[in-house]
Amino acid sequence: MKETKGRFGIHGGQYIPETLMNAVIELENAYNHYKNDPEFNKELNYLLNDYAGRPSKLYFAKKMTEDLGGAKIYLKREDLTHTGAHKINNVLGQALLAKKMGKRRLIAETGAGQHGVATATAAALMGMECVVFMGEEDTIRQALNVYKMRLLGATVIPVTSGTKTLKDAVSEAMREWTSRIDDTHYCLGSVMGPHPFPTIVRDFQAVISKEIKEQILEKEGRLPDAVVACVGGGSNAIGSFYNFIEDKEVALIGCEAAGKGIHTFETAATINTGSLGIFHGMKSYFCQDEYGQIAPVYSISAGLDYPGVGPEHAYLNDIKRASYVPVTDDEAVEAFEYLSRTEGIIPAVESAHAVAYAKKIAPSMGKDKIIVITISGRGDKDCAAIARYKGEDLYE
Amino acid sequence: MNKIYEAFKNKKAFIPFITCGDPDVATTKATILEMVKNGADLIEIGIPFSDPTAEGVVIQGANIRALAGGITTDKVFDMVADVRKEVSIPLVFMTYANVVFSYGAEKFFTRCNEVGIDGIILPDIPFEEKKEFLDVADRHNVDLISLIAPTSDDRIAMIVKEAKGFLYIVSSLGVTGTRSEITTDLDSIVKIVKENTSVPCAIGFGISTPQQANEMSQIADGVIVGSAIIKLLKKYKTEAPKYIGEYVKEMKEAMN
Repeated sequence: MKETKGRFGIHGGQYIPETLMNAVIELENAYNHYKNDPEFNKELNYLLNDYAGRPSKLYFAKKMTEDLGGAKIYLKREDLTHTGAHKINNVLGQALLAKKMGKRRLIAETGAGQHGVATATAAALMGMECVVFMGEEDTIRQALNVYKMRLLGATVIPVTSGTKTLKDAVSEAMREWTSRIDDTHYCLGSVMGPHPFPTIVRDFQAVISKEIKEQILEKEGRLPDAVVACVGGGSNAIGSFYNFIEDKEVALIGCEAAGKGIHTFETAATINTGSLGIFHGMKSYFCQDEYGQIAPVYSISAGLDYPGVGPEHAYLNDIKRASYVPVTDDEAVEAFEYLSRTEGIIPAVESAHAVAYAKKIAPSMGKDKIIVITISGRGDKDCAAIARYKGEDLYE
Repeated sequence: MNKIYEAFKNKKAFIPFITCGDPDVATTKATILEMVKNGADLIEIGIPFSDPTAEGVVIQGANIRALAGGITTDKVFDMVADVRKEVSIPLVFMTYANVVFSYGAEKFFTRCNEVGIDGIILPDIPFEEKKEFLDVADRHNVDLISLIAPTSDDRIAMIVKEAKGFLYIVSSLGVTGTRSEITTDLDSIVKIVKENTSVPCAIGFGISTPQQANEMSQIADGVIVGSAIIKLLKKYKTEAPKYIGEYVKEMKEAMN
């Protein structure tokens, strides 16, 4: 069978309503034109460097390394970029592309609110209208980010359908896009959805691994033994992995949100517990029942609380180039506190999943080994929720 | 000659939609019988999906109610097998790719053929991805029905040339749901359709009133109505079949 566009092995594709087909074709053509356009890249690099604060630092976590007593640990500090997460890398790229395409309105879905804040930020910067769809449940969990989006001039629409989380926000943003295409670009926040989104978002996030490679070569004179990143849809992970895929000696480890554990129903660990399916425009792995009904998923992290995973991750798993491990709420919260205490860095609870797994494997690795953990975002937004998780009566 | 063609033979086809299992299977069956009795020419039966991204709030609600009521793909097949004993008009499914994929396409279309399903509408399978199911559907004599949207433009001829069963023309941008006004230039779309195929075409999305049914039936070969029927089901629940029968009669008469 001849494969269709945008495939990663058997995954990916364009499973969307006919109404959107010309929109994704237009987007693909525009992207193929601008990605090699020197003027576009000059503008984008200017924004990434002077506005977003790239390159982000690769920091040697000396205390954590000494405390764990094994591999050397480096932290890729995406949390230090403007808006406090890696999401800005993709958003600046897509917003600039949308602007070149003559669009004047951005719509986006958001889980934790980081992608929504980043999109609202880019819209403010570029003088575009912005509407963000966010599960009602998440607007409560991440109230501060809702305020930030509104402050930046965006309209936030709480989504009350389905499980009222990220999955439903994606569905609602897709519905909105089918109703208004002419002037609107759907600024998808992860490496998911129909082609060309998984490719576009990956390319805009690949700057993370490009920088890690340059920085680690400069600091250590060699490549790391492992790169560890959290995976919901998978944008910071694919960004962290991409430029190492050909370097087979570098282990690529994605950390999925196991919630209360992969043997419970309260989990969002898609590759660990899901099966092959077709949803949200792509073929990939999904948490679903035997009839293909998408399962309600759970994680303490609103950003990882999604029942699917990007098609390129599904492929990297299939060919065993990357491995995907489950990390529970408890482990993530413990790592959230650990990194805060040990290094004075409060990570996003999403990123804390990656910290938790690195903590597990570092002690048994030799002192000559190197682990890079991507700290995809900062944890200010999570402080109140985690305080409550730990039994404190704290509200924002 | 496929069975779907009979629905359009020497007449304009009225095509009502119903979500199977909303609020229960018995009501779905009773509704289908009322629809047939009152002039439906072809019936679109929805197999519920947890996340129907092409639907507006009305049909989303039907999907949620049906799933909450315990409907499964197997129970939908059983309902069709049962109702088929009393109904001879063409029946088509409307569902999402994942429902077919997870059931196993071969097994799914085998069952379709066994119970007497004549076609299937999958709104998240565009032309580019149709080979996912096309061959297996063909082998089991189930027509994979193509959709055309207001944004299809240069794609219309390509889609139409390979159309089977009937063509589903989406009247408006956005998702399913009743609309007070349809602004798409449907005459131009139908003109391109007719230049490229003899397969009949029906217009859906946003149609609810007899006047709209009348207008649309003058443009195309058939009219599809979903949300207006689901609203009656939501309002009257198990009492809905007779009200839906009256509604179907009124719509069908407006088209003649």
